Amino acid sequence: MMGSDNQGFEEAHMLASREEMENLVLDEPSNNSNGTKSFSDYRSAMSSLADTQHPLSPPMVVAPGDSDPLLTPSSINDLRNPHVSTDNSSYIEPPSYADVIFSPFDENAGNEINGVDSPDRASDSSVSLSRSPSSTSDYIKITVSNPQKEQETSNSLVPGSNTYVTYLIATRTNIPGFSGSEFSVRRRFRDVVTLSDRLAESYRGFFIPPRPDKNLVESQVMQKQEFVEQRRVALEKYLRRLAAHPVIRKSDELKAFLQVQGKLPLPTSTDVASRMLDGAVKLPKQLFGESAVAAPHEVVQPAKGGRDLLRLFKELRQSVSNDWVGSKPPVVEEDKEFLEKKDRMHDLEQQLSNASQQAESLVKAQQDMGETMGELGLAFIKLTKFENEEAIFTSQRVTAADMKNVATAAVKASRFYRELNAQTVKHLDTLHEYLGLMLSVHGAFSDRSSALLTVQTLISELSSLQSRAEKLEAASSKIFGGDKSRIRKIEELKDTIRVTEDAKHVAIREYERIKDNNRSELERLDRERHTDFLNMLKGFVLNQVGYAEKIANVWTKVAEETSAYSREST
Amino acid sequence: MITAQRSSSGSSHSPRSPSSQPYLSISVTDPVKLGNGVQAYISYRVITKTNFPEYQGPEKIVIRRYSDFVWLRDRLFEKYKGVFIPPLPEKSAVEKFRFSAEFIELRRQALDIFVNRIASHHELQQSEDLRTFLQADEETMERLRSQDTGIFKKKPADLMQIFKEVQTKVSDVVLGKEKPVEESNPEYEKLKNYIFELENHLSEAQKHAYRLVKRHRELGQSLSDFGKAVKLLGACEGDALGKAFSDLGAKSESLCVRLQKEAHQLLMNFEEPLKDYVRSVQSIKATIAERANAFRHQCELAETIKLKEINLDKLMLTRSEKVGEAELEYKELKAESEEATRRFENIVRVMNEEIVRFQDQKTLDMGIAFHEFAKGQARLANNIADAWRSLLPKLEACSP
Repeated sequence: MMGSDNQGFEEAHMLASREEMENLVLDEPSNNSNGTKSFSDYRSAMSSLADTQHPLSPPMVVAPGDSDPLLTPSSINDLRNPHVSTDNSSYIEPPSYADVIFSPFDENAGNEINGVDSPDRASDSSVSLSRSPSSTSDYIKITVSNPQKEQETSNSLVPGSNTYVTYLIATRTNIPGFSGSEFSVRRRFRDVVTLSDRLAESYRGFFIPPRPDKNLVESQVMQKQEFVEQRRVALEKYLRRLAAHPVIRKSDELKAFLQVQGKLPLPTSTDVASRMLDGAVKLPKQLFGESAVAAPHEVVQPAKGGRDLLRLFKELRQSVSNDWVGSKPPVVEEDKEFLEKKDRMHDLEQQLSNASQQAESLVKAQQDMGETMGELGLAFIKLTKFENEEAIFTSQRVTAADMKNVATAAVKASRFYRELNAQTVKHLDTLHEYLGLMLSVHGAFSDRSSALLTVQTLISELSSLQSRAEKLEAASSKIFGGDKSRIRKIEELKDTIRVTEDAKHVAIREYERIKDNNRSELERLDRERHTDFLNMLKGFVLNQVGYAEKIANVWTKVAEETSAYSREST
Repeated sequence: MITAQRSSSGSSHSPRSPSSQPYLSISVTDPVKLGNGVQAYISYRVITKTNFPEYQGPEKIVIRRYSDFVWLRDRLFEKYKGVFIPPLPEKSAVEKFRFSAEFIELRRQALDIFVNRIASHHELQQSEDLRTFLQADEETMERLRSQDTGIFKKKPADLMQIFKEVQTKVSDVVLGKEKPVEESNPEYEKLKNYIFELENHLSEAQKHAYRLVKRHRELGQSLSDFGKAVKLLGACEGDALGKAFSDLGAKSESLCVRLQKEAHQLLMNFEEPLKDYVRSVQSIKATIAERANAFRHQCELAETIKLKEINLDKLMLTRSEKVGEAELEYKELKAESEEATRRFENIVRVMNEEIVRFQDQKTLDMGIAFHEFAKGQARLANNIADAWRSLLPKLEACSP
């Protein structure tokens, strides 16, 4: 009993603000050394809690004879689940869930290493999702650390003005495609943008994890250290998600990013302005005959990201005609199944957003509960001390003793609420993760629709070219001997038509490929979501049960200790 | 409702057979809102059951309102100096307009406790004013109420002044600046210090208790909202997973009900007793002020007498005709002074008894409150554990 008393006061110290602790001189001298722990330092509190012997662990496998007077049917008449027997045998074997939740950091035991970091990184909010690779022995673990300031070496007018931050990206893997099992490189954020852009081009139709934002405003406004740390966390999350994707983890782009020392060997993206400028230069030539048609290989990329302004305009015109003129475009999205799935995704996104918000509110409410409980405990501890010091009568000492029990229990319960909450955050984070994933889904669907648009545009183009060719042939056939200039034009047109045909075939192939990617990704999403959500629910519920049991144990003890006061009949 | 026993130190007027132990039991029930708008008030039915001979009969029912209780408290405070008069619930000018069911119930409960504490106090239970309160008709009550000029009728500012004076005197003594007009009784000083500090500590605890009640309600609400959102999310999924979601959502919503219930219990059985404790301590402060007044009065008279003595001696020496008059005045003053001393000493004696009674009572009250608190929290936590646990078999079944 003494041990847990001390424990209680230790907890009180950890929770109290420094000022309060200075005023709080308790009887037990051993507690004065804990003055350095601060209230809001979650991490240190949690890690130190992991060390301390849990005062309430194991014995709470309640034997039937030991039946808790509070659980007799007469006193619990409301929401008690009718088929949970009121004696404690329903949760004796196996051991109570209080035992399952023995350490704040032991997540669902079956999680693979992907995405799971060491416990004392408070930054580890990347929930280990079930994106298990097909063979469970594959693993790839990426860590981002060690941010450093570096100088831009190229000629800059003002020396020292161009500094940027690089991060150490360390990989450990046993996947064969990589050159080795452990390696690291230094990259800057710009490299990540490049990686992300190249992946978007190569993997159209896939649900590619969205990269971290550029945060231009925040980088100016926030404290440098804080911003860099925030970015480090985001980068790590991003890279781990990439590594968790069954297709992308094998991509050349990712491999290059993770392995190649020195400069990133991927073509950089040019900004929109330069692209438009290039395109504007080409445009006159395009309009006046030369290279009026997109080269077939270019059609595998959407018009929007490229330099071909003419193609951009054509596709834009096509999409307008699709929407407004009401004429049915030559090829439409016919896949009803896809359309249904699209609606479902939209629905899912809305509900995820809602659930995610409510999850946040729940977490806040749990946190508040824990805080207030702790404050109450602290107030009673002060009262206890006061009564003991000022005691004139024996009754005061009795009150003080009673109060101390309640206070200690309140402080313990408060700690449990906090732990419960930390775990709840981890579990419900799955909702946030999937909400973020919806962005990737949007991206993949828009890859599909822009590919479709390209196809539609080419088909219309083709048909208008062909009708022009027909008209010319009709006109030229009326002239005996042939019209040299017209004949030449017809020849040119026929060339153009051939090229356009080729482009059309390429575009259709690309469209079909993207459709396939969409399909397989949707299947994967459904599968993984099913598993992840199930784990989330299980984890959440187990967590709630475990901590509720712990809290119940704490209060049951106090109720027993004060049972002499059982209320006189009113 | 507490059945009060008459203290054995009082004289009994009727033969005591085993079945007729003296009792005085009162209940305050049936709150009814009367009047409109600003004039609205609550009336209560006060039922008295007694075999005290001074009472008109074995049972009496009257209708009373809050200000009637105030009248009673003021009269008792006037007459029974030194006794810690039981506290009343706050006047609450604001909540009056809202009159929520909870507020009404809390007030009713507090009034019931108030009147029963009076009935079980060996001195107070014999008060004539109590008998009036319990038996008089409403017109009489109204008349008496409007005549009242008790201490608590004073403006809050005056009251604060009195308290402040006592408080500064306490701190002065603590700082070693003893003023001659104060008692120099170290034990009493200790008691005063204790009372003042106790109020601070208790208020803080009570504040947190009140907040805790709110937190329960908030947690309940967020569980309900979360449950709803989860159900909607489940509707997007199909099959077993969807069902799991909807079960979880439903469970979450049901826990909201549980939490609201517990919040109410917490308010009634824990926060309110703490509040009551605070009020009791404030009532003691009023008694401390009375004692200070009595002491000051006694000292002033003592001073005056000394002066009169000197004057009288002077007059006697000069053989003035005023000697007779002065002698008379002196005698009167002497009597007054003795009376004042008696009154003061009585207060001291009574307070000494009261403080013991108070401490014992408080230990019991708080013990009960703590027990209820712990019981309630244990019950809540167990319910929560059970509710969530019932989901686990189904969740297990969902696993691929």
